[in-house]
Amino acid sequence: MTTTTTMTAVNPTASRRRKGGGQDAVGRGPREGVIPRTAAFLVMGVFTLYFLTPIWWLLIASTKDRGDLFSTNPLWFADFRFFENVGALVAYRDGVYLRWLLNSLLYAGVGAVVATLLASMCGYALAKYRFPGRETLFNVVLGGVLVPATALALPLFLLFSQVQLTNTFWAVFLPSIVSPFGVYLSRVFAEASVPDELLEASRLDGAGEVRTFFTVSIRLMFPALVTVFLFQFVSIWNNFFLPLIMLRSEELFPVTYGLYAWNSTINQFPELRTFVLVGSLLSIVPLIITFLLLQRYWRTGLGTGALK
Amino acid sequence: MRSTKRAAAAALLTVSALAVAGCAAGGGSGSGGDAASCEPAGEDVTLTFTSWIPGIEDAVAMWNEENPDIQVEVQTGPSGNAGTYQNFFNQLEAGNAPDLGQIEYDALPNFRVQDGLVDLGACEDVLAAEDQFLDWTWGQVTLGTEDEVYGIPQDQGPMALFYRSDLFEQNGIEVPTTWEEYREAAVQVREAGGYITNFSDSDINQFAGFVWQAGGQWFENDGDAWTVNLTGEESTTVADYWQDLIENDLVSTYPAWTDEWNNAYNSGEVWTWNSAVWGANSILSGAPDTSGNWSVALAPQWNAGDQKAGNWGGSSIAVFNGTDHLYEAAKFALWLNTSEEALTSLNETAQIYPATTAGLELPVLKEGVEFYGGQPIYDVFAEAATQVDPNFTWGPTMTQTYGDVSDGFKAAAQGNGTLLEALEEGQAATISTLEAQSIPVAE
Repeated sequence: MTTTTTMTAVNPTASRRRKGGGQDAVGRGPREGVIPRTAAFLVMGVFTLYFLTPIWWLLIASTKDRGDLFSTNPLWFADFRFFENVGALVAYRDGVYLRWLLNSLLYAGVGAVVATLLASMCGYALAKYRFPGRETLFNVVLGGVLVPATALALPLFLLFSQVQLTNTFWAVFLPSIVSPFGVYLSRVFAEASVPDELLEASRLDGAGEVRTFFTVSIRLMFPALVTVFLFQFVSIWNNFFLPLIMLRSEELFPVTYGLYAWNSTINQFPELRTFVLVGSLLSIVPLIITFLLLQRYWRTGLGTGALK
Repeated sequence: MRSTKRAAAAALLTVSALAVAGCAAGGGSGSGGDAASCEPAGEDVTLTFTSWIPGIEDAVAMWNEENPDIQVEVQTGPSGNAGTYQNFFNQLEAGNAPDLGQIEYDALPNFRVQDGLVDLGACEDVLAAEDQFLDWTWGQVTLGTEDEVYGIPQDQGPMALFYRSDLFEQNGIEVPTTWEEYREAAVQVREAGGYITNFSDSDINQFAGFVWQAGGQWFENDGDAWTVNLTGEESTTVADYWQDLIENDLVSTYPAWTDEWNNAYNSGEVWTWNSAVWGANSILSGAPDTSGNWSVALAPQWNAGDQKAGNWGGSSIAVFNGTDHLYEAAKFALWLNTSEEALTSLNETAQIYPATTAGLELPVLKEGVEFYGGQPIYDVFAEAATQVDPNFTWGPTMTQTYGDVSDGFKAAAQGNGTLLEALEEGQAATISTLEAQSIPVAE
């Protein structure tokens, strides 16, 4: 429901823009040849196919029962049993899959909101306040962008073991609310989009720094915040190594880890195969919804950045 | 000695960053635990138990119901080599390992060498339970020592021959009872347009099962140093045998457990599978269209009249160093793997094939199986289980060894190099891995 409304809300803007761009190209840019154009479409077409085929396969596979999965064309429908499969998945072991899905939403949703807030405050402070060690601090944060989350998982495990927080919600949540890239993006964006004059005006009107941030600056930074949120949401949703190392109790698993655990035992317990397939398909739905809901803001954000 | 072991454990921990090992060594580790005493705690106890068997919670729930003073909390994760073993090592290093954990037989020596396991030999009940288990499964958990027990056997994977009785009959081919006959049958099957079996280049465990059946010994441990012998006489015989089948295009070489592999069985292209008892479930779900056409026979023998079987898989429940409740943990592990109610539950939820002699007689394992034309196939496996050589020992770095050998097997299946060369490379790589981890190797 929400998806369709957003789609229609977004599409007019998109097509208008595309039209505008086309006029520009005809008016000012060099004329496109037919052959490069065809070649470009061909390359794009091939890659689209390349990226969409696995998803198509997944979609088809989740509509089949176990027998048809191997004996029928892998890229076309056989007996349509999608809803039976979903029903079986949801019913399996008292709906543990739904629990995982909710966990993922909690880790990724709440985690990304908090991460965005922290990152934007930090980036804003680095952009708008002068204090000793500012650049050093920024460079340290920037260095954090270079450290892959996977490399940090094990030290984090040993650290969390010391304070007895492994196998808790916090073990996955706390590391997720840190986003060095978000700080970087927020700083760049705050520098570009929040004028110093506006801050001075706000101060003259008697607003404190916190109030200024939350009522004035945060609105100007909104497109950047959406981008940070989206990046963080996706990376927490897809984060797999950290939960693998931290979590032992099934009821805390995010959906990625849960599916991995099932998948690892398929050789021994082949009946899990259908659950893994259907579960994987369902697990990308929230990501798609989030993207569709936020893409309007996201696009504006990128565009604004590019013009400055 | 102790410090080298710790260094080895730390080296093992380096999943991604070397720098991490430094932090790890500083972390508090559990106590040595070798001389742990097996005394009841005298108070209510909660044990943590990590296993990846789906539905094991049901059996544990029964225990919790009956034993309010010893509650067991199930923790879970991916299968051992897919992450849970690494987690165990991390937890041992951090000093928060669970009380009990599922460990497959081939991984037990690794945990033993890294000083991760408690010797259950301190518990009288455990020593007294030896008679209930099949000799060879007990041998897997004592690791060749006397009165030291590093886990309670849970399940096993005696190997037999799954074959398409309908196809063999239609084409007038005799079901082979020796490997020589198996090769002759392979030629006939090829003439009939099929393959007698698929040689799996990724499942070195299956190959190990063949070597086990042939009487080979890949590893030996004299209490201190390890002997590595992947290229002994029996291993060479087995390798040459399969090499010959591959070179003459008498077997297919699909990667195991893939769609093509399932399809090869489902479409009748491949006629037999030398597999473990749990393979019954794999065929059933991978090749559903062939229902009713399969049968099971004892594995082909190297010498006519022999009665030997290999084993593929199986696991134990071990108790980790650092536990404060050895007595209770041992008591639970024994109940889980010997009581009829637990074994029945495990068999229902996850087709666990018990390691006890009584377990093999479970009523559910005496029934005919529809997929196998109503044949009571578990009778065959029960017989095979008694034919497994009790002296086969796994090495302390099996994951590494499997990886090294499997690279060479993949090449050999493509026609580059031979299986024997792969074993030779695996031999050299295993010895250097052992040396790198400061595990003594006997020449």
